[in-house]
Amino acid sequence: MTNGADAVLRSLEAEGVDVVFGIPGGAILPIYDALARGTSIHHVLARHEQGAGHMAEGYARASGRIGVAFATSGPGATNLVTPIADAWMDSTPLVCITGQVRSHLIGTDAFQECDITGITIPIVKHSWLVQDVAEIPAIIKAAFHVAGTGRCGPVLVDIPRDIQEALLEFTYPDVVDLPGWRPPKRVHARQVREAARQLAEAERPVLYVGGGVLNAHATDELLELAQAARLPVVTTLMAKSAFPETHELHFGWPGMHGPKWSNWAMNKCDVLVAVGSRFDDRVTGKLSAFAPGATVIHLDVDSAEIDKLRYADVPVVGPLKPVLAELTRELREVAVPGSTEPWLAQLREWREQFPLRYGNEGEMLKPQPVLEALQELTVGSDVVFTTGVGQHQMWAMQYLLCDRPRTFITSGGLGTMGYGIPAAIGAKAARPEATVVCVDGDGCFQMTCQELATSVLEDLPIVVVLVNNGSLGMVRQWQDMFFGERFSQIELTHHLPDYAALAEAYGARGFTVESDDELRPALEEALACGRTAVVDCRVDAREHCFPMIPAGASALQLVEYPDGQAVPA
Amino acid sequence: MKHTLSILVENRPGALARVVSMFRRRSFNIDSLAVGPTERRDVSRITLRVDCADHALSQIEKQIHKLVDVLRVNELPPGESVERELALINVAAPPSRRAELLALAEAFRARVADLGPDAIVFEIVGAPGEVDAFEELVRPHGVKELVRTGRIGLARAAAPVPDGRPQYVLR
Repeated sequence: MTNGADAVLRSLEAEGVDVVFGIPGGAILPIYDALARGTSIHHVLARHEQGAGHMAEGYARASGRIGVAFATSGPGATNLVTPIADAWMDSTPLVCITGQVRSHLIGTDAFQECDITGITIPIVKHSWLVQDVAEIPAIIKAAFHVAGTGRCGPVLVDIPRDIQEALLEFTYPDVVDLPGWRPPKRVHARQVREAARQLAEAERPVLYVGGGVLNAHATDELLELAQAARLPVVTTLMAKSAFPETHELHFGWPGMHGPKWSNWAMNKCDVLVAVGSRFDDRVTGKLSAFAPGATVIHLDVDSAEIDKLRYADVPVVGPLKPVLAELTRELREVAVPGSTEPWLAQLREWREQFPLRYGNEGEMLKPQPVLEALQELTVGSDVVFTTGVGQHQMWAMQYLLCDRPRTFITSGGLGTMGYGIPAAIGAKAARPEATVVCVDGDGCFQMTCQELATSVLEDLPIVVVLVNNGSLGMVRQWQDMFFGERFSQIELTHHLPDYAALAEAYGARGFTVESDDELRPALEEALACGRTAVVDCRVDAREHCFPMIPAGASALQLVEYPDGQAVPA
Repeated sequence: MKHTLSILVENRPGALARVVSMFRRRSFNIDSLAVGPTERRDVSRITLRVDCADHALSQIEKQIHKLVDVLRVNELPPGESVERELALINVAAPPSRRAELLALAEAFRARVADLGPDAIVFEIVGAPGEVDAFEELVRPHGVKELVRTGRIGLARAAAPVPDGRPQYVLR
């Protein structure tokens, strides 16, 4: 006989879990006791459950495996809600295991009781409140199965403390018994053939690639498809790194801060192939004006994405890996060689005509050169980037070029500030041989910087490149552009806290950069030092992120960097 | 337009909450809802009435289908299904009005479920339109309290039992 807590660990071991992220507490004590009694699983002790959740997400996104987070009941569990919502929006496979108060106390408002399965209903694929210790192996098995099949996403297993302590005969099941969970497995041959026919006839096709390609482990198939018929590829923020960004067929990133050439490619195309992408409003802008002349081919494993926002002329529901492989095979038979060359020439022309630009007025360091320097210093090396959310994230999208899958990890759908540092720690746990760099903003940094302690003490070194404009920059930009320059509650200051000193206080290296001259030496040293480091780059707050398509506008209303104009005061 | 959905769910804690939460989260409005056992002990049926456009209905069906507890979801198309509803109506019935009320009930095959000194509780089972009509007719007499079960339904006996998976065909 073994107890429920041991059964949880034996089940995780059976699933091949090598690392979990979490924080102990009263209702999950038996599981932590089981950890202490012995397991092959390494536990990373976070400083806040939100950090643990984002670490599990970063681990999942960097490794292509399922991330696991532990938390206790009540506040421990509610602190996981943000990462769960984040994983839900970005389809990140996550298994969250929470302690719950003893069964007989459920519903009595007991100490640290909260209805976490109820709270998370809208943001999980499924959840279980374990009611019998004998169910633990089958539930953990089902949890991993649901998180990682079909469209990936978070699941939650809530285990009352008495059930962690109860005894069972442990056997791990071979099969999952979930009659209601039947994600598509087959490729619909007729639909794929029709997609190939439409694509072969296209004069101006575009592959509009989303994060689904990474979740489906289908990046090789995507590359094959693009090369087979020389199709231009535009990758969303979630798909950044799914297609080599120095490849001649890569044409940037669509949406609110995407370059003009990427957005024009989408706007002017005649056949738009959505591959594991979901027509998010930050990509489409005004939906009715998005790719207005295009026939839409929509490939997705989630049938509910078909026709949700944009009618799909040719829907193909199925797992993307075989779908893309089949489509490539069909397309090779019908494609007309050279038919996309005029269109590719046009896209190259637009790219040359409308490069990304920024100003160089004033004394202060600009934010964009920080990203340019980071790109130059890391080119060709094994590096994984994570980001927070805001201007720095958009500049990271624009200036960092990622050629290998799973090397750009960011919070897209939920836009979770503070994601970057813990996600980087999780990514480092998944890819210890890689250099992991978190591009962060000063607002984001202060939401989760306590995890620097985790990074240092767990020997998961990361380099935080802080694009510090002393303000909540994206909010500042919107107040400047859309609210008549009435700045409201955006001042954080460049100097408080002293980020380098704070890093040192956490046992990390700290650097302060205030000029172009200091930038490269500091970045070089931070990247080479092999320790956790924070490079505080104090940049001009007046610099806005361009180009920009205002919310609800069409791609043709894209606002470029103000020409020859001093940065807005 | 109104649609009736028939949803088979595993008889597990929280299954109903997950279905209902999906409607709330995606801003679809539920008109009526009835839940109960089926021919299988481990399966419950939710019959749900929703007012939405056809495009939204398809989205609803697909979103419900993704829920792990849901075994099957399909629309009960009008004309191809049998739908019934039960109502209990407590109507003011002083002795002078009783005969008229009982005649009305007779015409609608409503039963007297309970009788008091100055009120009658009628029980009516029928297609939802019949229940509506009876309710309208007794309303002028003074309805003290009313409860309806919400409609339940099944495909017609001659219809094949649907498999309920969303269909994707060439358009």
